[in-house]
Amino acid sequence: MIDLETLERDLLGQIDTAADEAALEALRVSALGKKGSVSELLKTLGTMTPEERKERGPLINGLRDRVTTALGTRREALQGAALEARLASERIDVTLPLREAPEARGRIHPISQVIDEITAIFADLGFSVAEGPDIETDEYNFTALNFPEGHPAREMHDTFFLAPDHLGRRKVLRTHTSPVQIRTMRSVEPPIRVIIPGRTYRHDSDQTHTPMFHQVEGLVIDRQANIANLKWVLESFARAFFEVDSVGMRFRPSFFPFTEPSAEVDIQCTRKGGEIRFGEGTDWLEVLGCGMVHPNVLKNCGLDPDQFQGFAFGMGIDRLAMLKYGMPDLRPFFEADMRWIEHYGFRPLDVPSLVGGLTA
Amino acid sequence: MKFTLSWLKEHLDTEASLEAIADTLTRIGLEVEGIEDKAAALKPYVIANVISAEQHPNADRLRVCMVDAGDGAPLQVVCGAPNARAGMKSVFAPPGTYVPGKNITLSVGTIRGVESRGMLCSGAELGLGDDHDGILDLPADAPIGMAYALYAGLDDPVIEINLTPNRSDCASIHGIARDLAATGIGTLKQESFQQLRGEGACPVPLAIELGENRDLCPYFTLRLVRGVTNGPSPDWMQARLRAIGLRPINALVDITNYLTFDRGRPLHVFDAKKVAGGLTVRLAREGEELKALDGRTYRLDAETVVIADQNGVESIGGIIGGEASGCDADTTDVLIESALWNPRNIARTGRRLGVITDARYRFERGVDPAFTLPGLDAATRLVLDICGGTASQPSIAGEPPETDHVIDFPWTEVRRLAGIELSRAEMKVTLESLGFHVAGSGDRVKVLTPSWRPDVEGKADLVEEIIRIAGLDRIEPKPLLRSETGTVGPKLTVLQRRTRSAKRALASRGLLEAVTWSFIRHEDAKLFNGGGTDLALANPIASDLSDMRPSLVPGLLRSAQANADRGYGDVALFEVGQCFETDQPEGQSIRAAAVRRGSARHAGAGRHWSGTMPVVDAFEAKADALALLTALGIQTGGLQIVAGGPEWLHPGRSGTLQFGPKNPVGWFGEIHPKAMKALDLKGALVAFEITLDALPLPKYKPTKVKPALALSDLQAVSRDFAFVVGRDVAAADVIRAAQGAERKLITGVEVFDIYEGVGIPEESKSIAVAVRLQPVERTLTDAEIEAVSAKIVAEVAKKTGATLRA
Repeated sequence: MIDLETLERDLLGQIDTAADEAALEALRVSALGKKGSVSELLKTLGTMTPEERKERGPLINGLRDRVTTALGTRREALQGAALEARLASERIDVTLPLREAPEARGRIHPISQVIDEITAIFADLGFSVAEGPDIETDEYNFTALNFPEGHPAREMHDTFFLAPDHLGRRKVLRTHTSPVQIRTMRSVEPPIRVIIPGRTYRHDSDQTHTPMFHQVEGLVIDRQANIANLKWVLESFARAFFEVDSVGMRFRPSFFPFTEPSAEVDIQCTRKGGEIRFGEGTDWLEVLGCGMVHPNVLKNCGLDPDQFQGFAFGMGIDRLAMLKYGMPDLRPFFEADMRWIEHYGFRPLDVPSLVGGLTA
Repeated sequence: MKFTLSWLKEHLDTEASLEAIADTLTRIGLEVEGIEDKAAALKPYVIANVISAEQHPNADRLRVCMVDAGDGAPLQVVCGAPNARAGMKSVFAPPGTYVPGKNITLSVGTIRGVESRGMLCSGAELGLGDDHDGILDLPADAPIGMAYALYAGLDDPVIEINLTPNRSDCASIHGIARDLAATGIGTLKQESFQQLRGEGACPVPLAIELGENRDLCPYFTLRLVRGVTNGPSPDWMQARLRAIGLRPINALVDITNYLTFDRGRPLHVFDAKKVAGGLTVRLAREGEELKALDGRTYRLDAETVVIADQNGVESIGGIIGGEASGCDADTTDVLIESALWNPRNIARTGRRLGVITDARYRFERGVDPAFTLPGLDAATRLVLDICGGTASQPSIAGEPPETDHVIDFPWTEVRRLAGIELSRAEMKVTLESLGFHVAGSGDRVKVLTPSWRPDVEGKADLVEEIIRIAGLDRIEPKPLLRSETGTVGPKLTVLQRRTRSAKRALASRGLLEAVTWSFIRHEDAKLFNGGGTDLALANPIASDLSDMRPSLVPGLLRSAQANADRGYGDVALFEVGQCFETDQPEGQSIRAAAVRRGSARHAGAGRHWSGTMPVVDAFEAKADALALLTALGIQTGGLQIVAGGPEWLHPGRSGTLQFGPKNPVGWFGEIHPKAMKALDLKGALVAFEITLDALPLPKYKPTKVKPALALSDLQAVSRDFAFVVGRDVAAADVIRAAQGAERKLITGVEVFDIYEGVGIPEESKSIAVAVRLQPVERTLTDAEIEAVSAKIVAEVAKKTGATLRA
């Protein structure tokens, strides 16, 4: 007669100490397999008398159930331990640095960013964007803009000329974006409301001048636009561009051949240790030139100056960028030094808009 | 234009402060560039008595002085000046004083063991000259303790204004005073110029011989003054000239310089005894020369107007006089010239000769014609007063040009253009105080311009005069109402929008935006199909900035190399900007281009724990180009990628992007070794360029609705095929053929392997593709799939000569 208690103690003891799932499976076979120790006991039930079976049956079945449960519990424990061991072995160093994402590496040049800012502001004021060629005729760059013959700007030391054609006419690299005023007025019926950003060229190269730079011009032509409107437009622009609640502006009478009356505009600022702030302070900084479109210019575009009127203004984009973002020098704008672009450039998705704010 | 406050007050009766005057000048368009107030800068410098000057115990060249500066006990000062001596009067600066000539601030110091409490100063140390001989040696009666600047008459602030080219009238202190007076800050002191008759005719014959070029010198007046004494000019005149940076020379010359600034009337004086025969105004003969008063010799051309005598050229009209006939201490008879010269010709001659003088500055802007003879009289009076002598009558050639100009002016013009309502009375007073004559009353008046305002041509100019004196700050800003009602419509053209998007798209690929010069070196332009004579600058600023760029890429390549030379070899740059094929507006296009160097790939660059990035290849550039097209919303269905590109690219590692053979839009690839050599480039370099203007425009559609989406619930099947094709067969052709075998069913063809080598015949390659079949109506049977597969094999074989790999 097999001692059930001893068998149970032996089996449960072995199950508890089984080292792995294979050992456990061997134990299961040895106990519950076809010829297993418990299976053999179960087989004896059939040969027993009813009385014996009544007595031994529950004992043997109970043994089988407890062994089965113990096997299951041990299996789960072993599986859990194995998983933990695997996961532990799969550990990675999450502090390892990634390659920087393309979106994080790329940059927009400050000139493009500032043009986008300017465009966003003026689009809100109802201005479209007009453009024209960099290589201009004398007519568009000077004559139609009321520059007299012999004006110093028409000389080689101020203006880039191309080689003369077979008739001796020399094209110029536009010295300002103003020729696009003429192109616009000659092709579009008033009311006109455009800004004209673009590249401009002057025969000048020193600490503060580069032979190529960027300007934005504004032009409004209708039957009533006047200096009061001009002041409002420029003040609205300056507030929006410099992102301050108010900007002190000073309009000084000045002179340009293509506007009359003409003015230069200074904005109020303060300088502290290489930093400029707008909307406060006692310094004045010149930022733009403007005026009412000269009657001769209107006439040159086929517009009657007693019927049509309007204003124009022009400012340096590179200079605006330097003022707002603090680049100390102009020359590096065009040197494509990746360290400069990475530092002063803008992230690709920082698209300026009025609805979201020009800058974050 | 420079002047002093006291000089201004000769013409303007005012109690206003310097600050108020300066503010007003800027406000009316005479922008103050700077104010030099020596009295303020030199305030701590006082006159002192040197009580004693003993030899320094430890230094041969130093003296130890006891100085009485007028306030309390004598101070001990160590001084190195050779002229320091007991009993002299000099200028003393106490510790804490800034010394402009040395750019230092004094402190109590010990010099070779002896304490020194301040400094005795030279003129140079005060920034007043370059006498380094020793400390200032003042007369014995100089009052101890008085501010030196006050004593030396340096307390007259110097104001410099930035004169716009239209305001010739304010190249004159009198003119500036007139403008200021119009604002009400003071009253203009009007002088009445009594005509000066003189005795006897001017004996020097005068002729203008310009033929049909009379306008080069329409008017010339001359007068002889005999028996003058040409010593130094009076102190007050010298002080004023010196204050504005002019060097006093002698009385006659100083008088001409004085009136040049005082009245904007340049004059010239000849030593009459050095003039042979009469004076003739004529054009120079090509190659004639003049040794001028500045010591330089000028070679003249036939467009230069000169004043000549029998000896030849004596003066370049309106610009500079000659040395030979100049006035010096021995001059006893002087010829004074007051003439009018053509502004454009003066500007031309001045520029050609490279000479800048106060006379040229004024004549090229325009000098008041009506003040020609009065100017001569004013000069004569000063000569008689200062140098004595007897004046002749003036000799006059030509006549002053007509300057009367009447403008028909409706007062409403001010409101129309400036948006400000001013009273007629105010506007009239303004015009009149500026010298305009207003005739008539009512809504429209006739305004006569003064002779000194050639810049005032029409109504708009009068509006400017009125509002600049009223003050632009009085114009209240008024909103410029939008012409649209409601929201603002799109303000950019398709090309403008694409230009902006292109920048953002390329930056999102890790590229840095560069802005490079529109002009590049000639050789680079030629290499990229440019460099034609029509796009070469006649006057480049530097030899490497000479030709308009035909492509963005040469500039980007050189920039990439420059970064590599600085130690940043893995660089990825792009630019979106203009390029030039001809000098016509249509010859200019907007392009987008990028250059990647080293291992600067989209995914990253260089060595990394995750694996080292290989150097860039043509596919990297292709990826940039295609990503750009996609970002711009270009339908790439019709886009063809053709092997090979322009000659600056590796012929076997480049491609052309086109919408049909007649519509190329760009290229990509590896830079050709020859181009690398020509541009002095090293390392792996790939690039692409796309012409944005050439891209197809979006088709207008009456609806924004997208086509309906038809999704099938049936499972898609994928079948792999390995084709053996000739080495030169393009993968794109295999894909197109497979795609075309059963258009409705085949929804994708991917190339997943390319193989050459063992098992594949020579000059052949294996292209393995996965074809995706998407049934729409019912699941495909094996037989149907087999049938489609056979069709694919047949179609690819037909189009490319492919066989199925065994």
